[in-house]
Amino acid sequence: MDDTFFSTYAWPALVMIGQSLLVLVCLLVFIAYILYADRKVWAAVQLRRGPNVVGPFGLFQSFADLLKFVFKEPIIPSGANKGVFLLAPLVAVTLALATWAVIPFGENWVIANINVGILYVFAISSLEVYGIIMAGWASNSKYPFLGALRSAAQMVSYEVSIGFVIVTVLLCVGSLNLSDMVFAQKDGLGTMMGLPNSFLDWHWLPLFPMFIIFFISGLAETNRPPFDLPEAESELVAGYMVEYSSAPYMMLMLGEYAAILLICSLTTILFLGGWLPPFDIWILNWVPGIVWFILKVLLIFFGYSMVKAFVPRYRYDQLMRLGWKVFLPISLAMVIITAFVLKLMGWA
Amino acid sequence: MGLQALFFYLFAFVAVASAFMVISAKNPVHSVLFLILVFFNAAGLFLLTGAEFLAMILLVVYIGAVAVLFLFVVMMLDIDFAELRSGVLQYAPVGILIGLIVAAELIVVIGGSVVTPQAGSAITMPIPNPAVRTNTAVLGDVLYTHYVYFFQIAGLILLVAMIGAIVLTLRHRQHIKRQDISRQVARSPETAVEVVKVKSGQGI
Repeated sequence: MDDTFFSTYAWPALVMIGQSLLVLVCLLVFIAYILYADRKVWAAVQLRRGPNVVGPFGLFQSFADLLKFVFKEPIIPSGANKGVFLLAPLVAVTLALATWAVIPFGENWVIANINVGILYVFAISSLEVYGIIMAGWASNSKYPFLGALRSAAQMVSYEVSIGFVIVTVLLCVGSLNLSDMVFAQKDGLGTMMGLPNSFLDWHWLPLFPMFIIFFISGLAETNRPPFDLPEAESELVAGYMVEYSSAPYMMLMLGEYAAILLICSLTTILFLGGWLPPFDIWILNWVPGIVWFILKVLLIFFGYSMVKAFVPRYRYDQLMRLGWKVFLPISLAMVIITAFVLKLMGWA
Repeated sequence: MGLQALFFYLFAFVAVASAFMVISAKNPVHSVLFLILVFFNAAGLFLLTGAEFLAMILLVVYIGAVAVLFLFVVMMLDIDFAELRSGVLQYAPVGILIGLIVAAELIVVIGGSVVTPQAGSAITMPIPNPAVRTNTAVLGDVLYTHYVYFFQIAGLILLVAMIGAIVLTLRHRQHIKRQDISRQVARSPETAVEVVKVKSGQGI
């Protein structure tokens, strides 16, 4: 009795907890360096040095920031709704980290390989708006509330076009499983033209407009510049984060960067072939898949931070126009076109 | 079985408790947040029964979109809590009546399948083996293959409702500045800039 309990419940649970902790720790360290990279890229574009004091080349800057955040006193405004105020950062960070359970980092390198993986990611990332709305409302102050309202409208608008982009990829793959999406990119446009397996097979080429739309919608979905209206410092000081300090603030930031990394890895899985090497050569195949995965994520993230560095912020009506009047019709048309092409060519 | 029962009772208990909190919370925003928790636990219950697609759609549609707008509206309202709570006794009988009707219907449905277990075999669409076809694909079969016309009609009705709502609330305001991007882009230096030679001390 005890033996079966151990083998059916306790052991799998322990393995799962171990895997989750491993992913979580790696992810948090990765986020620390992503933050550092973001600041360095931004500084380089503006001909500054960026963080360069803590550790060699400032490599430990993020950890110093972490210590500082943790040891400062958290201030809760007297007019704030205390419970929701403290719950909001927890919601933001938990949801942003929960999504990583289904992301395949390499072949079979996934904690939960579920059938509806992409829907799970989409669902959880559509919940991330709650962290922001709750933070903005509970702060009981003007700027946070305006920021929360803006972000609610913005994230709901851009989710629509993200949803349609995902649908076009789903049509090409025929499965909702994230690993299947990567496997489907082994053969594609490149092999159809008689070339060996290469990066030309990945979805970015046949679905090129969707790749761009997904990239830009991802910027808007994660409140990155040029769509960072919820925290536009020139108008709203820091938007929904105005009243937050120390550890709760850090958790909001952490949630934001975890969401950014998630969108980057989702782009990698949907359009850039996940863990697949760019060319089918033995020496590149010998490199573990996770290395390719991380390199691709970094490539996309580099794009994100370059955009942050040199694109001016959109005005709110321009943001809404782009989402509803440009991306939505294009992505809707692409869903129909893709479905027709797949049906007529007999590829579906 | 043990683990599944444990999670069932966990989700069910939290769902019922937070459903109670929805109607008893003092602050309407808290009510909406508890409502979201109810949806979340309902999604968990769907997952336990193996309806993974329904669970995810519940998350995306109800929590990700509907409840966000709901929360949006409730947050914007300036509500007088005392006035809101004054009508509780007045509306309670109606609420209890509706609750009793729903409970009676549930008992009829569940009781029917307990009394005559063979009733399940009479359904027109047999449920395929989940190991062969995932329930996402099965739902797709039902909606887009077997009942595609009904599905399209339902979509059209929703479209009409949406257009109706837009028409009812559309209001053309005159004399406000709007950005017309195509006009802006189509401007050329000839139409946009006028070069004037100004004599000093005269102005234009």
